[in-house]
Amino acid sequence: MRRVITVTVINQSGVLNRVTGLLMKRQFNIESITVGHTEQQGISKMTFIVNVEDQAKIEQLVKQVSKQIDVIKVTDITEKAIVMRELALIKVVAPPNLRPEINSIVEPFRGSIIDMGKNVITYQIVGNPEKIDAFIELIRPYGVKELTRTGATAFVRDAQVKPLPQLSILQ
Amino acid sequence: MNAQVPLKKQQSATDQEVDQECKASKTGAEIFVESLQNQDVEIIFGYPGGAVLPLYDAIYRNPIKHILARHEQGAIHAAEGYARVSGKPGVVIATSGPGATNLVTGITDAMMDSLPLVVFTGQVATTVVGTDAFQEADIIGITQPITKHNYQVKNVQDLPRIVKEAFHIASTGRKGPVVVDIPKNIANAIFDVDAVQEATINLPGYQPTLHPNYLQIKKAVTLLSQAKQPVVLVGAGVLAADASKELTEFVEKYKFPVVNTLLGLGSIDGDHELFLGMAGMHGTFTANMAINNCDVLLNIGSRFDDRLTGNLKKFAPNAKVIHIDIDPAEIGKNVPTEIPIVADAKEALRSLLEQPFEAQDLTLWHEYLHECQEQYPLWYGEDGDEAIYPQYAVETIHRLTDGEAIITTDVGQHQMWTAQYYQFKKDHHWVTSGGLGTMGFGFPAAIGAQFAHPDQTVISIVGDAGFQMTIQELALLKEFKLPVKIFILNNSCLGMVRQWQETFYEERYSSSLMPVQPDFVKLAEAYGIKGYKVDKVEDVESVFKKAIESDEPVLVDCRVKELTLVNPMVAPGKGLSEMIGVKKG
Ligand SMILES: Cc1ncc(C[n+]2csc(CCOP(=O)(O)OP(=O)(O)O)c2C)c(N)n1
Ligand SMILES: [Mg+2]
Repeated sequence: MRRVITVTVINQSGVLNRVTGLLMKRQFNIESITVGHTEQQGISKMTFIVNVEDQAKIEQLVKQVSKQIDVIKVTDITEKAIVMRELALIKVVAPPNLRPEINSIVEPFRGSIIDMGKNVITYQIVGNPEKIDAFIELIRPYGVKELTRTGATAFVRDAQVKPLPQLSILQ
Repeated sequence: MNAQVPLKKQQSATDQEVDQECKASKTGAEIFVESLQNQDVEIIFGYPGGAVLPLYDAIYRNPIKHILARHEQGAIHAAEGYARVSGKPGVVIATSGPGATNLVTGITDAMMDSLPLVVFTGQVATTVVGTDAFQEADIIGITQPITKHNYQVKNVQDLPRIVKEAFHIASTGRKGPVVVDIPKNIANAIFDVDAVQEATINLPGYQPTLHPNYLQIKKAVTLLSQAKQPVVLVGAGVLAADASKELTEFVEKYKFPVVNTLLGLGSIDGDHELFLGMAGMHGTFTANMAINNCDVLLNIGSRFDDRLTGNLKKFAPNAKVIHIDIDPAEIGKNVPTEIPIVADAKEALRSLLEQPFEAQDLTLWHEYLHECQEQYPLWYGEDGDEAIYPQYAVETIHRLTDGEAIITTDVGQHQMWTAQYYQFKKDHHWVTSGGLGTMGFGFPAAIGAQFAHPDQTVISIVGDAGFQMTIQELALLKEFKLPVKIFILNNSCLGMVRQWQETFYEERYSSSLMPVQPDFVKLAEAYGIKGYKVDKVEDVESVFKKAIESDEPVLVDCRVKELTLVNPMVAPGKGLSEMIGVKKG
């Protein structure tokens, strides 16, 4: 199972190391991880994407990370309505004659051009990780010279979809 | 003219410094000692070196008892022994680099067995941290996975708060070791005097749950009231919570049988009629059958370690599990749990006692368990064998001390025999390395225990091999007149390794036999203490008695049967119901 976990931490030196070290020690597979400041001073937030076998494993992960003294809150937001974004920079081989064609691929992804050389263009794509995967897939045949991704960051949407009320007739 | 300007500036800076020193003349090191005094620290185990010279100088000038071990590992195991029997955090100091790395085994040991320790390490000055300076080791990085928490002090003003937090974290919730790394320049730095009183704990991410959830207790009570074959599994959590009294009251009230983990021994009187013995790999047949056949398993303060459970797929196959633990992460980690209860064991037991219920008639269950005890008691020896059996040696120590001595062990066969044959009358008398299984632990742990309880009989039962790992601490017995009694159950081998080689590797004794040994009696004498050697079974009683009754330290080199096994046993990969060696012959 792929899970999205957010971790609110006190911004002490070494806190990232603590959390990733713990996940390594407990044999959890981190797909991506991002960290940054939050609206509160001294508080940072991490977003992990991890792959686990089952529910028991994810429960262990949440509990073990929560136990860290510098960790304030751990939430598995996978099942919630969330906003998730990742940024990718992709340097593509783009000789002038192919540019219109390439741009027609970039456009629907709302990518922007960050840098341009004689034969290469660097695009920036923002979106959820699947969207970025899809873009890379499409652009790869033109020749990707360099690629870097930030990993996903996420949070829970304000309006959560409420579960439908159970109809007594169905029980 | 120009040259005078900086000179003047320098001059005034010095004045300022002098000024400051008059107003606030305390250094980080002095604040450090004061902080320890504020925590009522009565004893420190340690070893000095370059990076901690300021701390040691402050200790020299302030009355706080410091015990100089002969190796940092000895110091930290002593602190563990002290913590185990006193319930107070053990305090350790070591220098940077090698001093700190020598503590790693003890820190891990304390982490695995949830012992409260506050460990202070020296560090090179903050100005050179990260440059591979002389005796620099990244002890924060090294100890991160083996501590409950660790700190490097980066600003002297933080020191009092960090010390306070370290003690708080070590000794509350699930206890454990905390490392505080103090760079040398921080220890030397000048500091605002009033800050010690002002220091307040600021740990928004740390709030251990002590009180059980009422609804969960209700659920537990319902399940327990339906149980026809209940068993209570008790681990060290009950000892850490000092809840032996509540435990005994609870199980007596409902006639629930009790089994212990290795570390839980002493939580209930070893002779209690409801006590079935230790469970697990070398547990009693009855304790393991109780777990195997129970319908409700109430686990209080045990973490379902693999040495206890055996093969998890075969563990307690018919049981609904109630698990009380102060650490939520332990619940459901290894064994699926119907009713999780996050709480301190004492609070949970009190809540259970406040909800009286009608238990089922357990007569048949008790009859079955009794039958197991009759049919498959612990056993040892061969008919007509004149050798001293190690089990007999432990039985003798038990008899001579009425089960009331503080017992520490090292790791190996002798440890298991002690767990099996020394029935503890009281709690907080049992000191052993369970989770990590650290050879070299037992003897220094006895030193720490004796410091905690100078008037009690402290006995260290050790193997001939493990004893030699921290044997240098013998020097402390004479120096501090510690009447620790050492019994070496000497089988001239790494007994436990040899046992596995005999049982699972067709008797290929690869590097497990140790025929050449020091003369332990002479060695004791060299350290200025009495030593006896016993090699005839008829001398055991009299020599042991003489040793135990002495008010001085004594070492007894007891030559026990060499080729003998710890029985019964759950072989690796097997379930608790598949014990081997359950009967003689
Ligand atoms: C530091 C360390 N090294 C190795 C081991 C593995 N080990 C476990 S028991 C044992 C043999 C211990 O021999 P001894 O101290 O003589 O005790 P005995 O088993 O003979 O009673 C060994 C080597 C260990 N537990 N700890
Ligand atoms: Mg031995």
